[in-house]
Amino acid sequence: MANNLLIFPLLIPLLAAVIQIFCRNHMAVQRLVGAIAVLANVGIAVWLVATVQMHGIQLLPMGGWAAPYGIVFVADMFAALLILTTAILGAVCLFYAFASIGEEREKYHFYPFFQFLLVGVYGSFLTGDLFNLFVCFEVMLISSYALIVLGGTRIQLRETLKYILINIISSSFFVASLAYLYGATGTLNMAHLSQRIAEVGQTGILSVIAFLFLIVFSLKAGMFLFFWLPGSYAAPPSVITAIFAGLLTKVGLYAILRTFTLIFYHDTGFLYTLIGWMGIATMILGVIGAVAYRDVNKILVYNVVAGVGLIGFGLAAANTAGIEGAIFYMLHDMILKALLFLLAGIMIGAAGTSKLTQMSGLIKRIPATGWMLFVAGLALAGVPPLSGFAGKLLIVQGGLERGWYVMTLISLAASLLMLYSVMRIFMLGFWGKDRPLADERKELSDDIYHEWASEEGHPDFLPDDRSELLDYRWSAFRPKRLVGAASVLFVLVILIGLGSGWVHTYVAEAAYVLQNPSVYIQAVLGGGE
Amino acid sequence: MEIWMSVAIGILFAVAVYLILSRSLLRIILGTSILTHGVHLLLLTMSRLKTGAPPLLGEESGTYVDPLPQALILTSIVINFGVTAFFFVLAYRSYIRLKTDDMEEVKRKGGQ
Repeated sequence: MANNLLIFPLLIPLLAAVIQIFCRNHMAVQRLVGAIAVLANVGIAVWLVATVQMHGIQLLPMGGWAAPYGIVFVADMFAALLILTTAILGAVCLFYAFASIGEEREKYHFYPFFQFLLVGVYGSFLTGDLFNLFVCFEVMLISSYALIVLGGTRIQLRETLKYILINIISSSFFVASLAYLYGATGTLNMAHLSQRIAEVGQTGILSVIAFLFLIVFSLKAGMFLFFWLPGSYAAPPSVITAIFAGLLTKVGLYAILRTFTLIFYHDTGFLYTLIGWMGIATMILGVIGAVAYRDVNKILVYNVVAGVGLIGFGLAAANTAGIEGAIFYMLHDMILKALLFLLAGIMIGAAGTSKLTQMSGLIKRIPATGWMLFVAGLALAGVPPLSGFAGKLLIVQGGLERGWYVMTLISLAASLLMLYSVMRIFMLGFWGKDRPLADERKELSDDIYHEWASEEGHPDFLPDDRSELLDYRWSAFRPKRLVGAASVLFVLVILIGLGSGWVHTYVAEAAYVLQNPSVYIQAVLGGGE
Repeated sequence: MEIWMSVAIGILFAVAVYLILSRSLLRIILGTSILTHGVHLLLLTMSRLKTGAPPLLGEESGTYVDPLPQALILTSIVINFGVTAFFFVLAYRSYIRLKTDDMEEVKRKGGQ
């Protein structure tokens, strides 16, 4: 049963990161190692999905210790699909980073941190042990602290202080909930926990513990408790935001989906209804934010929040359609949100500002980006031939089957506003008169100017050098390569949409395991030898 | 015994929450440290504080204390040590850059 394939998604980025640390001054080596690692991982992930498809749930007990005593890595179809999506996102964002991240950040260990982040994400998806999930979360979070602050501009410092504080608190709550759960059940292996809770029944104390876990994971996922998210995600460079938006919140969502379908699935009344309302509230607040702002980053960040809400709602419906929809939408959302932020990065690079009021007519300068953003906006809203449609349709179907008519209606209205918010980026940014760079120079605010000057390593630029700085940034800006990287995700968005039926066979298999915890438990605890 | 530990942990949590809600950055970091202390003690307490030998087979005792929470706490301690060290350096950097440790001021001076 043991399948060593499961360790490779962790092992490859970990080794790559270690090698990169030793080659600090050799950028070419760092890039080469990083590129090989991410591409190898895409191959491994495809292989993993195929293996799970053919032979069912794969298992790797660490060091040969059988399930409840040692740490096990478990790859069911859900985990395998998320690993494949993560691998693709990792590869695309790394190639985007090659052309956009800048030498200063590269020199200070950008690439190792990037790989460590991937290690944490893969580990969280694969692990079958709750404490190990905590450790993988921390691996991911500590790398994200470093990535978010790397560069050290004032806004990054401020937002990192907030981000790190929130995450320390939520991690402490995580350990506290683990302590309670261990005290109540005496085990931390997910399958074993599920078995024991099924035996004693999910009584009051276990529902309280489940509620604590919901708080912890909602803080990580930005579901309802997302107050820290908009500021933090708007601070770092686009490529880092793209990888955060694609992966970090989704790891929290994965944890919610996993714990509430595998461990705490008995109380579908109170807790699931609560998750449903939290999802709806997240969606409403998210789209309000998306409509309110006139800043490209802010609009997209609030769209991330709204997407999280929709997935939570799909889970809360707790029927086949709802869970299939949540999985489908999650896969689509990871790719699409990363794509949107990568495109936004190109826009901001070309316009020299993230404020929509200061940009117009970009379609002449970066036409490919404009049209990709247009189609991505349609995919976000769920227009039929594109990737967002199938997932949203299933979630709506799940909501209706559950009898939540008003909530379903709200989620549809939210989709409309998501479409409006992204189309406004397109219309204000890409239509209208093309503004020459000279205009932008005058409007470049002091704040942004100082940030840029320090980013380029010239803290003492005189105000007269303003145009020189812009020229320098424009010359360092290589939109063609960025568009090339982003277009890979764009093609995926189209393909997932056109091949919805084909993708659905995999999603259905993933949903089947989530809906039948006994399959998972049987695989982990049953045939140990 | 567990009841007294629970009370002590409750006090640690209360102090931590109070400190985290204050304005000074250093107090906030102290608050997070106290919070993690509370959490680690909780982990120890929740595994029952029965008397037994330390988990060393050489003790050749009839009963041992539960070794698993000790390993979990050890892991959590080093993780928190790393994060706290990072947080302190971050606070130092932001003090140098923003010239304040008051969170309200940080909010104002943090750009835009």
